[in-house]
Amino acid sequence: MVDVVIIGAGIVGCSLAYELSKYQLSTLVLEKENDVACGTTKANSAIVHAGYDPHPGTKMAKYNVEGNRLIEELAKKLSVPYKKVGSFVLAFDDADMDTVRDLYDRGVKNGVPDLQILSAAETLALEPNLNPQIKGALYAPSAGIVSPWELAIAMMDTAMKNGVQLRKSCEVTGMEKTEEGFLLHTGTGDIAARYVVNAAGLYSDEVHNMVSAPSFTITANRGQYYLLDKNQGDVVHHVIFQCPSKVGKGVLVSPTVHGNLIVGPDANDVSGRDDVSTTREGLDFVMQAASRSCDKVNYRQSIRNFAGNRALSEIDDFIIGEAPDAKGFFDIAGIKSPGLTSAPAIAVDVVRMLGGAGLPLTPRDQVVDRREKITFRELSPKERAALIAKDPRYGTIICRCETVTEGEIIDAIHTPTAPRSVDAVKRRCNAGMGRCQGGFCGPRVLEILSRELQLDPREIPQDKAGSAIVIGETKVREDIH
Amino acid sequence: MKYDLVVVGGGPAGLAAALSAHENGAQKILIIERDRELGGILNQCIHNGFGLHYFKEELTGPEYALRFIKMLKDTGIEIKLGTMVLDISEDRVIQAMNSADGYMVIEAGAIILAMGCRERTRGAIAIPGDRPAGIFTAGAAQRYLNMEGYMVGKRVLILGSGDIGLIMARRMTLEGAKVLAVVELMPYSNGLNRNIVQCLHDYDIPLYLSHTITDIKGHERVEKVIVSKVDEKRRPIPGSEIEFDCDTILLSVGLIPENELSRGVGLQIDPRTSGPVVYENMETSMEGIFACGNVVHVHDLVDFVTQESTRAGRAAARYLKEGAAGKEQVLPVKNGSHVNYTVPQHIRPANVEKFVEVFFRVDNVYRDMKIVVTSGDKELCSFKREHMAPGEMEKIVLPKKFLDAAGQEPITIAVVSQEGEH
Repeated sequence: MVDVVIIGAGIVGCSLAYELSKYQLSTLVLEKENDVACGTTKANSAIVHAGYDPHPGTKMAKYNVEGNRLIEELAKKLSVPYKKVGSFVLAFDDADMDTVRDLYDRGVKNGVPDLQILSAAETLALEPNLNPQIKGALYAPSAGIVSPWELAIAMMDTAMKNGVQLRKSCEVTGMEKTEEGFLLHTGTGDIAARYVVNAAGLYSDEVHNMVSAPSFTITANRGQYYLLDKNQGDVVHHVIFQCPSKVGKGVLVSPTVHGNLIVGPDANDVSGRDDVSTTREGLDFVMQAASRSCDKVNYRQSIRNFAGNRALSEIDDFIIGEAPDAKGFFDIAGIKSPGLTSAPAIAVDVVRMLGGAGLPLTPRDQVVDRREKITFRELSPKERAALIAKDPRYGTIICRCETVTEGEIIDAIHTPTAPRSVDAVKRRCNAGMGRCQGGFCGPRVLEILSRELQLDPREIPQDKAGSAIVIGETKVREDIH
Repeated sequence: MKYDLVVVGGGPAGLAAALSAHENGAQKILIIERDRELGGILNQCIHNGFGLHYFKEELTGPEYALRFIKMLKDTGIEIKLGTMVLDISEDRVIQAMNSADGYMVIEAGAIILAMGCRERTRGAIAIPGDRPAGIFTAGAAQRYLNMEGYMVGKRVLILGSGDIGLIMARRMTLEGAKVLAVVELMPYSNGLNRNIVQCLHDYDIPLYLSHTITDIKGHERVEKVIVSKVDEKRRPIPGSEIEFDCDTILLSVGLIPENELSRGVGLQIDPRTSGPVVYENMETSMEGIFACGNVVHVHDLVDFVTQESTRAGRAAARYLKEGAAGKEQVLPVKNGSHVNYTVPQHIRPANVEKFVEVFFRVDNVYRDMKIVVTSGDKELCSFKREHMAPGEMEKIVLPKKFLDAAGQEPITIAVVSQEGEH
């Protein structure tokens, strides 16, 4: 019997695991994929929203503004790439300027600091590559950019150092209410828990319905993106939004924390919740829509396109709290934008709710709340020299595009969340994230994984379980008769 | 650390350049190679066909590389393997690192850039669809097969008919895979004709010209690929879809000179070649920094890389001995009709001994054409060609006397019909 089971290891599940790990509890996180941060968390705009967008009084407004502050703090403590670059919402006509004023008012009510409405000239002075036809913009200096998957991974790694357990490739297939709490059925056996938190993202309605009367439905809404080479990374220096419409916050253009440029997303409902395919129409739409903000992006410098699915519910707010008909079962569902920004604040509040529902919250005597991580490319020449002298494995560059050393790859492999695929390593140290997309370093990363884990390369997937890279040895003569 | 000459890259370009610099009197030469051995991409090119021009015999890639590696013996040229150059400054200070020497700051009298090129990826051409495993650039697949000893798939579709794609079609077939098709966006192949014959025709592998991939399906590995015919503007034609059941896609969709270091130094880059702008002796826009091989422009044959790099090495040795070449008279080389780029982009006639070789590519397939070299209104010379194609690099030789006659006007290289029509 564990105290708390968290279903889902996306940004929400990882944030909650991190918060719960500060207390003397047994916490178990169940994740159906073979790594954490594999769903919506790894494929989104990666924006730390300022908080002017949600309507005052909503959960989204409250958690967004609080989360914005928490992420800055967490990123520092956990060595997660984060930059407070600020954001603009561009207005192209008078109606847009009205929207900008509305957003300003909302932001002020929500407690967003330092908002300003800028004239076209003031905006263009800060961002000369924008469309000169703009009328003005809302400037939010507290908006930022972050690496969402690295934040989730860092929180889970840290939580695990405090005793939280993670079971990957473990899908919850059913759940029963018991006298002491819940019995969860999974592909790898049953688990008893006093409290269950549903952080199952795109599948949170299905998990909810296992023990509670249906009260919401999740629709997967896909957003497609272009990611561009670092040589496009300074086309803009802030997050550039257009005015939000009914279909969402529109297409943005933004630098990423890794120095690239991201452009997207579109918004379309998809029938398959795991359908994150890209389409020609979607990518063309993104390019077209973004050109209204900035037509200086060179799409020939595209290095990757991807899509992620938003977990939308029919309720225009986050769904957070205890199910009325299943005491001890908490939903954190419908976590659409600004979900990434809000997640750390939601986690703090849900811990409080769990306490209110009877979970004893006794602080641990010793809490790990920091994570040191070596990122070679950010070191000075002097620090680099000292590091290589101490451990020569940091002297071998494996990923030449992103300057990632063998030492960093080995560090990543031996973290608590234990990456077991080439892409899982990429998500932890950036090897293969660059312009050649792993063309050169892929074979080397596979070799290092195979060596460090004593695994046959055929058993090491590209990403998800079953996504084999190599299928056998060359010149195997067994099928020649 | 101080060297007279540092060569960045130990592939065919770097090896030939270092040897040539040594033969021409350069002392204290260092080759920096990021991989574990010298030879560069030749090491994974285990097929033959290398050296026909340079050695007048047919060698495999590793054999071709070995000839040069053997020549290094007794030259005193130093080699650092597994070493990455992180930065080069204008005053030729190189920051490099490896696990044995640690972090190095190297001062160089002259530098030759020979970093080669990389492959364009799926992301670069934005192929829509799912993102399963089983999609490789042809060169990455070649490395898995020929160097690591692993097979990457059983039922294969290849996008792009560049030489690596063609070579891999044969290689995968010989290794027991079924290559279903090679799909080419353009109405012609960019590969060498001999590779079309020896790698596709000989193995009955169909080549779909004017086709492209329009969708990829598959959750874990590739399961299906949708290929569509394209119109003359290269847009997919609805209704022309062909479905292939396959587990692997190899991409041979172009090579990009790898010039991140060059950009870092601030070298002038030619957007047409994606390589540094060079003078007649392969010197870049920055004094004492030379470049050669695929980092300058993508070559079809390694033999030509060797020749070009030999010139770069000789020029670097001369620079170390005599100092910078004069820049009193600099003739830009301009693209005329149907010419996509030229290398060199500038010629200093005073620095030319007997002749200059100019390399270029045409923008389409042509028959019975004429290459015309002009200076202002004056035709300097012309050359007839029966067949020209973008996949086959053209070379012309301009004698010094023509250059001296050019005056200060730029030189234009154009391809026209034999009647003189553009």
